[in-house]
Amino acid sequence: METIKLIYPVEGGDLIEAGEASSKMKLTLKKLGLPQDIIRKASICMYEGEINMVIHADGGQAEVEVDMNQITIRMIDSGPGIPDVEKAMQEGFSTAGPTARELGFGAGMGLPNMKRYSDDLTIDTTVGKGTTVTVIIKIPQ
Amino acid sequence: MRLGEIAKILDATVIYGKDLLDRDAASACGSDFMSDVLAYVKKQAVLLTGLVNPQVIRTADMTDIICVTFVRGKHPTPEIVELARARDIVLLSSDKRMYEACGLLYSNGLRG
Repeated sequence: METIKLIYPVEGGDLIEAGEASSKMKLTLKKLGLPQDIIRKASICMYEGEINMVIHADGGQAEVEVDMNQITIRMIDSGPGIPDVEKAMQEGFSTAGPTARELGFGAGMGLPNMKRYSDDLTIDTTVGKGTTVTVIIKIPQ
Repeated sequence: MRLGEIAKILDATVIYGKDLLDRDAASACGSDFMSDVLAYVKKQAVLLTGLVNPQVIRTADMTDIICVTFVRGKHPTPEIVELARARDIVLLSSDKRMYEACGLLYSNGLRG
């Protein structure tokens, strides 16, 4: 399989509509014929990343690369950055506001879930400049 | 457990998916917190929730949930039904409260 690159803009502002990019990626991964388990993991990671991006950074861009070995998802935003990454990785810690909570999010599970469902997670963040969260999901051979 | 049996046990109305009730659910999950659903739900599950918004359907889609049951008599808007229809996710609505609905399914053999 050649490396496939996919780019999905993530609109900011409207949390009710968030998730469209993840839905589109899931459909594409299905068309590529990847195993259902792998698609599920990638979809959950991307969805959590997308929700985070809308809540905290007013949107951004998702870049997805698929090759025969792995799926790499990069969630790139120009938001406020994460001041304390260690704290952000703790289950239950959240700075999300009431709107996110009303919709069933803001439980402090976003980044921990991305870690749970991926084989590797890295966070590159600068306060005041933005954050790139990269997850890798390996495809069993 | 077949979705049709779940609808019967919960005395639920089928909002979408009357022709999909022969599908088999392997597990169930009850929560109003989509973050928890994303963390803990197993494959081919039924979600019971009192939360009604489009993110419930998107969460179900991402986690391969096959049926969403709205408890406490909640009903989704036409937009939410359309999202579920496009993803072939069965929608049920039951007047039962979350605790009772989960208890009924569990005692009839559907585990979490």
